[in-house]
Amino acid sequence: MMRMLKTMPPTAILGVLVILAYAVIALFAPLFAPYGEAQIVGAQFEPWSATYPFGTDTLGRDMLSRLIWGARNTVGVALVTTALAFGIGAIAGLLAAALGGWVDLVLSRLVDVLMAVPALILTLLALSALGPGVMNLIAVVAVLDSTRVFRLARATAMNVMVMDYVEAAHLRGEGIWWTITREVLPNISAPLIAEFGLRFCFVFLTISALSFLGLGLPPPMADWGAMVRDNAALITFGDITPLLPAACIAVLTVSVNFVVDWMLHRASGLKD
Amino acid sequence: MSAPAARRQRPILRMIVGRLGIGVFTLFVISVLIFLAVSLLPGDIAQQVLGQSATPETVAAFRRELGLDQPLIWRYLDWVGGVLSGDFGRSLANGRPVAELLAARLGNTLFLAAYAAVIAVPVAVGLGLLSALWRGSWFDRIANVATLSAISFPEFFIAYILMFWLSVRMGWLPSIADPGASPRLGEMLSRAFLPAITLVLVVTAHMMRMTRAAVVNVLGAPYVTMARLKGVSRWRVVTRHALPNALAPIVNVVALNIAWLITGVVIVEVVFVYPGLGQLMVDSVTNRDIPVVQACALIFAAVYILLNLLADVLAIATNPRLLHPR
Repeated sequence: MMRMLKTMPPTAILGVLVILAYAVIALFAPLFAPYGEAQIVGAQFEPWSATYPFGTDTLGRDMLSRLIWGARNTVGVALVTTALAFGIGAIAGLLAAALGGWVDLVLSRLVDVLMAVPALILTLLALSALGPGVMNLIAVVAVLDSTRVFRLARATAMNVMVMDYVEAAHLRGEGIWWTITREVLPNISAPLIAEFGLRFCFVFLTISALSFLGLGLPPPMADWGAMVRDNAALITFGDITPLLPAACIAVLTVSVNFVVDWMLHRASGLKD
Repeated sequence: MSAPAARRQRPILRMIVGRLGIGVFTLFVISVLIFLAVSLLPGDIAQQVLGQSATPETVAAFRRELGLDQPLIWRYLDWVGGVLSGDFGRSLANGRPVAELLAARLGNTLFLAAYAAVIAVPVAVGLGLLSALWRGSWFDRIANVATLSAISFPEFFIAYILMFWLSVRMGWLPSIADPGASPRLGEMLSRAFLPAITLVLVVTAHMMRMTRAAVVNVLGAPYVTMARLKGVSRWRVVTRHALPNALAPIVNVVALNIAWLITGVVIVEVVFVYPGLGQLMVDSVTNRDIPVVQACALIFAAVYILLNLLADVLAIATNPRLLHPR
């Protein structure tokens, strides 16, 4: 562990520290936040002061409190979505690799079609058909994002499926599920874990973009993307408050990317 | 043209026709998807538009007007037939023909995207080449950290930072970008500069990283080492040995990034209140104005598929080995 720490580049160490800080703030949001999530505490757009460190928003809610609650909501939704996307993509990809034949054909062609169009366009289409709501948002983004996980899981699993030890497992009569979980999964876990970080960044940015466009979490909930949108008018008056939630998003994704970048280097053993 | 030359031309021609076929087929599947996504939704469009208080008779009449009482396949053919002849139906929100709404905005969006692409592609490819050439140097390291950060930023963050500095603090540029019906190209360019430069920053980061990876891949090939060993200059190795072989991946990289450009256009247009297709689509999604959403989705999809097709053809034209896949 200590040796790993020593070989970590400074960017990766910084990334890990920031991610830990976000996790603590998100988990213990009620302890850190001075005011409630939807509590109206003052007048609209109050300037920065001792009582309201970052001022108040369009409705007179404390900006700092909403930033802290937003960590819980925005990051939480993104994590759930990523996990769901991973579940769908990995299971479908592994099944396609293990079963082959028409299962593989149908799933692969379906993914090809979904990836033939930018994901945001399909997301907007699906959201207009299904209507707004957290559940719809999570489901739509997860399904569309699972296509990338599917491709990676299928490609890496294909390489493992042709190994002798998988053949041996088949010959001694192990079932598909046993082969997948005991032979294939442990051998493709490294690239999948790195992919989880990348997918998280992508999903997080997608959800932030959607909530910025007004299609994210429903209004009373604090949500970083929507907070930028709601307070954007302040920018034209030279106030940087609306940039804070956007910066919160950016700092987290940069940190995750730094860590993933380092993990990919380590996994591939590449020097460049 | 002599006979052997014609035969040499034929595989490329056959490939182009084949790709075109695949592209048309993909577009067909996507159009079915776009159509179904809306037709299979729970609840009824007519009921939603008219509200809960509408009598069953008005709902039935409105359904007949929208053609919802027809079978699904018939409706699809009707819709596609309309689209092919330039008729996208009518907006549910204001009853105006969708084609009329699209006409002006499509031009604005294409202008913005082309504006950004013209700046971003040479800059990104150039910088990507340099950082591949000088890999491991301080330039490469700074570029790596900078592009990784830019990729991680939400598009609207970059947009607002630029707006804050360039337009509010410095007062150089207008913060709201409406190109208007200005006849002068210069004025259009300066008005759309802020959204365009935002898109350039977003796209350049992605494109530069991918270009670097593609070129590093080629520079690792044995024939490059061979060329170096026999004493060819560094510059010549890159321009004569590496670049021709890296062209195909670079063309693909450029095409791949059109996806970022399309995603970015939607958000940037909303930030700068730019009257384009992306803003129209977002507004229509919020209002659940389905015919407009369908039309926008179809146009974005068609443009994207077409550009990818073009990239495929260009990639194969620059690297004939790809004509014979293993």
